[in-house]
Amino acid sequence: MAEASLLDRSRTVAGPGYNRWLIPPAALAIHLAIGQAYAFSVFKKPLGALISGDPSAPAAADWTPTQLGVIFSIAIVLLGLSAAIFGKWLERVGPRKAMMASALCFGGGFFIAALGVHLHNLWIVYFGYGVVGGIGLGIGYISPVSTLIKWFPDRRGVATGMAIMGFGGGAMIASPLSVALMDHFKSTGTGPMGVAATFLTLGIIYLLFMQFGVWTIRVPADDWVPENYVPNPQHSALITSGNVSADNALKTPQFWLLWVVLLTNVTAGIGVLETASPLVQESFSDAAMGVGRGVTAAAAAGFVGLLSLFNLLGRFFWSSASDKMGRKTTYAIYFGLGILLYALIPTLGRNLQLALYVGAACVIISMYGGSFSTAPAYLSDLFGKYQVGAIHGRLLTAWSTAGVLGPLIVNFLHESRKAQGFTGAAAYQTVFYTMAGLLVVGLLANLAVTAVNEKYNEKGPVDAEPGGH
Amino acid sequence: MNKPFVAPVAPETTSSGAAVFLAWAFVGIPLLWGVSQTFIKALDLFR
Repeated sequence: MAEASLLDRSRTVAGPGYNRWLIPPAALAIHLAIGQAYAFSVFKKPLGALISGDPSAPAAADWTPTQLGVIFSIAIVLLGLSAAIFGKWLERVGPRKAMMASALCFGGGFFIAALGVHLHNLWIVYFGYGVVGGIGLGIGYISPVSTLIKWFPDRRGVATGMAIMGFGGGAMIASPLSVALMDHFKSTGTGPMGVAATFLTLGIIYLLFMQFGVWTIRVPADDWVPENYVPNPQHSALITSGNVSADNALKTPQFWLLWVVLLTNVTAGIGVLETASPLVQESFSDAAMGVGRGVTAAAAAGFVGLLSLFNLLGRFFWSSASDKMGRKTTYAIYFGLGILLYALIPTLGRNLQLALYVGAACVIISMYGGSFSTAPAYLSDLFGKYQVGAIHGRLLTAWSTAGVLGPLIVNFLHESRKAQGFTGAAAYQTVFYTMAGLLVVGLLANLAVTAVNEKYNEKGPVDAEPGGH
Repeated sequence: MNKPFVAPVAPETTSSGAAVFLAWAFVGIPLLWGVSQTFIKALDLFR
């Protein structure tokens, strides 16, 4: 039982002189690992050819793309649900135990999925990567957030931006790593397509890599504040000195306004991300640009890569900038600039202005990433530090909703336009105008955010109780 | 009238500079590798 006690919150309180700059790498170790989820698509073709051994000619018994798409959907839904459900538990037990739970679930999910691939049983894969791994994603995503905010009250946006940037970066590591592992195991004849062995290896790698975060993370002592720290008098209208519990936060209009803010921004961003490759190929095809001048599949993959980079950079840049500008202003920029760019993109597509088109998409995606990383700091401003991790977990249900809503809207509108005979950039026109309209809703919701009524604040000191840190 | 905020001071240490460097290297090296791989792929857009 000695090992279990090492995970307790009481054993993670930092002593005097602990360097707080050790906390962001601890958080990054978790987010870089679970960010793998965004790279799951690299397994779709190999998983769909486990029987035939040839992705271009799958056998009748092979899993279909639709069946395989469900794996990621389950994982993302479980991410939102577990973040919402386990948020209060996390606040009670502290970040170390939560990170360990995340590592065991995420790594264990890979092990179970490997068994499912080995036995060619899709339900085991759904349960492994989707359910167990998805719970690991949710707990891992929120586990370092409130700790970072407590260590960096003077730079909340910078701190959460650094961690949540890792979620974007995780896919960049996982994608080439997974391809290299599958190539290796395939060449050594370790099972069909090398997928099961790759899952097993990734499970071990991530379980070990996440241990760095587990054993490095510390919570600050209750009376700790950074040297020379004075609360920023600017933007103070929205920054509370009180503390609102996760349950009370749900009773405030501010929580639901932020839920709409995140939902609209993420739905719009997913619309671009989901369709990025076909979007740029169809809008700038050989037919439109001239033979040999259109965007090829390889160039479209480069476009997707560029969007991933801006997604990552935006998470850090915008969240850090929000420390100076204030969260409400930063979100107003996401929406104001977003509306302009979404409305402009169809025109850029029609006029075949590829460079401007790519530039606009990159800025949009940077703000999509920024909306994720700025949210914890916004919540902390409004509701205090008390249970910000749990409140953040509940807010992430907006992400799960957007994950379903975004692709649905995009596919429906795109297919409708195509059915009307539109092709190329014109087929996506209503998609972008609709997304711009969604952002108007988000802008209005953000403008309506005011300081939380003091009646929702916890009475008395909150740091002394077990759930208070 | 609010009282002016007076913060108790807990100075950061500079003694664990090497630990901080190693910690950042542990997460930074794989991240930079991933970013470089993505950047190389992104260059295809401009070829």
